[in-house]
Amino acid sequence: MAKHTFIAYVEDVPGVLNRIASLFRRRNFNIDSLTVGRTEQPGVSRMTVVVEATDAGARIVEANLYKLVNVLRVDDLTHKSALMRELGLVKVKVTPQSRSEVLQLVDVFRARVVDVDELILVIEVTGTPEKISKFELVLRPYGITEIVRTGVVAMARGHELISSAPPTVRTEGGHGHDDSGVSMSV
Amino acid sequence: MKLTGAEIIWECLAKEGVDVVFGYPGGAILPTYDAMTKYPQIHHVLVRHEQGATHMADGYARASGKVGVAIATSGPGATNMVTGIATAMMDSSPIVCITGQVGSKAIGTDAFQETDVTGVTLPVTKHNYLVTKPGDIARAIREAFYIAKSGRPGPVLVDITKDAQQLTAEFDWEAAAPRLPGYRPSYHAPASEFARAAELINSAKRPLILAGQGILKSGTTAEVLKLAKTAGIPITTTLLGIGAIPASSEYNLGMMGMHGEAWVNVAIQEADLLIALGMRFDDRVTGNLKTYAVNAKKIHVDIDPTEINKNVPVDCALIGDLREVLALIQPQIKKATHEEWWALINAERGDAAVRDIQSLPDSGNLYAAHVINDLWRLTQKRDTIVVTDVGQHQMWEAQYFRHEKPRSLITSGGLGTMGFALPAAIGAKFACPEKDVWVVVGDGGFQMTSCELATAEQEGIKVNVAIINNSFLGMVRQWQEFFYDKRYAATPMTGPDFVKLAEAYRLKGLRCNKRSDVKTTVEQTLAAKGTVVIDFVVEKEDTVFPMVPAGAALDKMIRRPKQDVMLESGSDKDWEMPVPPAIAPAAEAPAKVAVVTKAKVTKPVAKKAAAPVAKAKKTSRR
Ligand SMILES: Cc1ncc(C[n+]2csc(CCOP(=O)(O)OP(=O)(O)O)c2C)c(N)n1
Repeated sequence: MAKHTFIAYVEDVPGVLNRIASLFRRRNFNIDSLTVGRTEQPGVSRMTVVVEATDAGARIVEANLYKLVNVLRVDDLTHKSALMRELGLVKVKVTPQSRSEVLQLVDVFRARVVDVDELILVIEVTGTPEKISKFELVLRPYGITEIVRTGVVAMARGHELISSAPPTVRTEGGHGHDDSGVSMSV
Repeated sequence: MKLTGAEIIWECLAKEGVDVVFGYPGGAILPTYDAMTKYPQIHHVLVRHEQGATHMADGYARASGKVGVAIATSGPGATNMVTGIATAMMDSSPIVCITGQVGSKAIGTDAFQETDVTGVTLPVTKHNYLVTKPGDIARAIREAFYIAKSGRPGPVLVDITKDAQQLTAEFDWEAAAPRLPGYRPSYHAPASEFARAAELINSAKRPLILAGQGILKSGTTAEVLKLAKTAGIPITTTLLGIGAIPASSEYNLGMMGMHGEAWVNVAIQEADLLIALGMRFDDRVTGNLKTYAVNAKKIHVDIDPTEINKNVPVDCALIGDLREVLALIQPQIKKATHEEWWALINAERGDAAVRDIQSLPDSGNLYAAHVINDLWRLTQKRDTIVVTDVGQHQMWEAQYFRHEKPRSLITSGGLGTMGFALPAAIGAKFACPEKDVWVVVGDGGFQMTSCELATAEQEGIKVNVAIINNSFLGMVRQWQEFFYDKRYAATPMTGPDFVKLAEAYRLKGLRCNKRSDVKTTVEQTLAAKGTVVIDFVVEKEDTVFPMVPAGAALDKMIRRPKQDVMLESGSDKDWEMPVPPAIAPAAEAPAKVAVVTKAKVTKPVAKKAAAPVAKAKKTSRR
């Protein structure tokens, strides 16, 4: 099992998010994060979906996304060179003694302070999900009171265009459910 | 041309070629019903329950290949449809459901009879629409028909608010053409995949075709038979694939799966290549996936890419329309006969045939399998569609009624919906008024939707209802017998006097509890004018054999016991013994394998213990 990152271009119509969410729930796929936003094309939204799946499982996810009538294009960025970005806001307690240490860490992570009072700093950090997790880790000893993360957005690097090809179904390996495949119901 | 939304709905249905719709009125759909009177070319069938409307649309679609249409009001009308929609979804049946919705301003306010119908039906429809403006109705309905019937067919629901039905809009059919940039109904597999498939078929020693409903949907019976003939490949069908290959074809081994023929399941496990055509490796046909056909390479042809590698990992996938795929692959297939393979299968078949009650005499009691087999023999020369419900009778029908033609069996396979048969049969009769339509149904399932007898009576149509009455929820009782120490919790079941029930509906009712009466009962039924209900009072605790227990390997079947009550004496004067089906393709295979007598069989493949059949006969293989 690994994290797979999909980009789905979808028609911007009512209920489309519900359709995607329903698909993941119904097929028992595990969503790690899901973000939606507008694109350069009017009427088209772009979703970045991160799921835990085997490679074979990811092919099934992709084919199922394609099957939704409102889904225009799907691309699996997992094995491509891609930029992954997430934004986090972290509210951390500070004392006159710790304040400078925290500000140093902010510097190291190229984050920035967006709100200050005598007891609290609110810090904005962007980067890969791993970087944000790291940042959270190093700030924890000071006392994090609140944290919010946007979920990842992704884009292929350079000329790697989002494909508009239909799903490629590879035939090696199976999705394979773990149980016997036979339910005890009649 | 300015029309009301309600009129636009009927204009669209007429333009789509719809001649009959199945529905039930109510407040939120009333404007549409009011406009219906202007469209006499479309016949409306008033059902007795909206579930019935969806099953009728489904039965109509399966019998005709056209899109079936069901109409209901908001809230309870729409939620009553859910079972029928889910049934159509699981079996890829093209239906369009039109539901009324509360006024667009009232949406979200928990208004009277408001239900989030698009939300409720989202996971059981191929697609659905909520339409709140009259100007959007035409396109939604056109797209609904297009989506329902293209690619892998399925149900589409269009939920239309009451104000959208009442307000007017310009009706422009051309401008309402489907615009579906994200919808891909068809795929084309790459040439390399075809070469690979041909190579697998040409090098296989023990190939087997798994024939599914996709053959019916694509109308490729002849093409599949041609492939089988060229390469000497035996064929087995799924439950929904029955009729896709004539039962009398020497290539057709019969049904696979949980209650499939023993020799078929053994063949699947012994095969070195499975060629799956328009089927989806449902758990009822695979048994335990871990032990399923482990020695076989698999080629999977399906129009739906999400089916590939879903349950069974395959070696070669040909995604696309079966017709196109078969046309491309056929020229690459080399001639073959696979004599050893056929001999192996026939050895299994010779053994299994003696267990088969079809060739056993009458013991004086009435057995469901006898009823069904007799029904087949008595109706052989007629053009018949059988619609079955869900349970033991459904499996016996699949085993003992020999279907020769595509679309001659309609049954709820994927969802296993009890109550399906009678309404689906009414739908089928509207699709094919020239054919006899028989319902084969359990006493349990019949009681779920028996109210539709009133629909049949009001419409003056003839469906022949054979209730296989065992006073039990038979299939569940069978599971309790095998897996719950015969604790028959909530399976003994009483019912009304079905003859009187029929009469209460002003229909003919008949009862039959002796095998010797089956013939006259069937003849009387066929001769009667309208719908007839027959109460076949059969043995209560009869069992469907063979059976693959849940979780077991496919060839670990509970077989028909040899010391079956069916074996006990009795005469069968009315009937000649059925001629055992030809057991090898005469053209390709030499005569010595074409006739395998039970005593002489030795299995040509050393891998399996060459158990002499004579010995196996004494002990039931459990
Ligand atoms: C709507 C629905 N409820 C429950 C079931 C579970 N079920 C499967 S077979 C069966 C028994 C059917 O009994 P009957 O209709 O009398 O047919 P028989 O098996 O006796 O031929 C039941 C309850 C089902 N398939 N569908």
